[in-house]
Amino acid sequence: MSTVKLTVNGKSVSATVEDRTLLVHLLRENLNLTGTHVGCDTSQCGACIVHIDGKAVKSCTTLVGQIDGANVTTIEGIAKGDQLHPMQAAFRDNHGLQCGYCTPGMIMSAIDIVNRHASDLDEETVRHELEGNICRCTGYHNIVKSVLDAAGRMKVAQAAE
Amino acid sequence: MYETTYHRPASIDEAAALFAKHPDAKYLAGGHTLIPVMKQRLAAPSDVIDLARIKDMIGIEATADALIIKAATTYYDITQSAAAKKAIPAIVHLTSVLGDPAVRYRGTIGGSIANNDPAADYPAAVLALNATIKTNKREIKGDDFFQGLFSTALEDNEIITSVSFPIPAKAGYAKMRHPASRFALTAVFVAQSKSGEVRVAATGASQSGVMRVPAIEAALKANWSAGALDGVNISADGLMGDIHGSAEYRANLIKVMAQRAVEAAS
Repeated sequence: MSTVKLTVNGKSVSATVEDRTLLVHLLRENLNLTGTHVGCDTSQCGACIVHIDGKAVKSCTTLVGQIDGANVTTIEGIAKGDQLHPMQAAFRDNHGLQCGYCTPGMIMSAIDIVNRHASDLDEETVRHELEGNICRCTGYHNIVKSVLDAAGRMKVAQAAE
Repeated sequence: MYETTYHRPASIDEAAALFAKHPDAKYLAGGHTLIPVMKQRLAAPSDVIDLARIKDMIGIEATADALIIKAATTYYDITQSAAAKKAIPAIVHLTSVLGDPAVRYRGTIGGSIANNDPAADYPAAVLALNATIKTNKREIKGDDFFQGLFSTALEDNEIITSVSFPIPAKAGYAKMRHPASRFALTAVFVAQSKSGEVRVAATGASQSGVMRVPAIEAALKANWSAGALDGVNISADGLMGDIHGSAEYRANLIKVMAQRAVEAAS
């Protein structure tokens, strides 16, 4: 057992857990943040993606000890109260989800993609960069549309701040 | 995953000392191979010794002759490195088609090389450029490092600290990616050294892991062009055949990927 200290969605968290604990399990089982999903459990599907110090990584392939001290953001931490994050709003408006299982991971990846590419984001780049996230419902079409739409909204939101 | 004890040493010496105390330990870098294998219970180290945050193991520098990448440098940092792009753009391209963005944030060059997966990308670059693998004990040439599937010249407790790639006159990398795993169905790294030596390495193809391709090396030595490979035939003997592609298919891919790598070379 070891004690790890993290900041999760802006709140300080300290947990004493077995060393083999994966971040996704800490989030879901200890912190009750069940928006982050376990899909394939083999680092292929991206349903478990969260941000660690601003970078989208697979929480099913991260031991909590590896990120002791880090700042973690999950799908629960991106809206501002009742106001959805622009990426969440774009997914809703563009029908970017069906069953919703992959959606938290898609959104966390997509925010990272927009952050990295800023203004030069095109459809090909979105399709290429979403390759670590698997969706079995939508055929990706509306997901790609959502990400491109959100890229515009995030720019507007940033300019307004 | 079976129970294990996690350690995060602050230095390479401390890591080696921990390993000496725990003979059933494994070194952990990005964890994107070891952790999945531990989850499947195919590996059950008593202890994992995390190298990823040792400051002396992170960084990229280029000299006139070599690109030196420290072992715990992540794929993402390699793709972002202006020094790497200038010194050997083929290495940056190889890194950009490895895994997916989330994997590239965590995976490290040292971890990939130490693991020596038969379809991994970096072994092809190490072998084609005859890079030098520096460890906490010695230096090992690329020619001597890879010893078949998932096995290398490394001793159990040895730590790769950096990889030094000689800067070539030209180098290129072309990969047929498996669309689900993003590993190489077959990929080829071609390199022409500043002294004119041509070395070509293929990954994802052979049953014994990364390999050189003498027939392509000879043809490119005579004439460095994609067209020079039109008449080259690669034998399927010893190549992998599975549900994704037969040995004959991979033999042809070696040639086609070599042609694309030559066209992309700079």
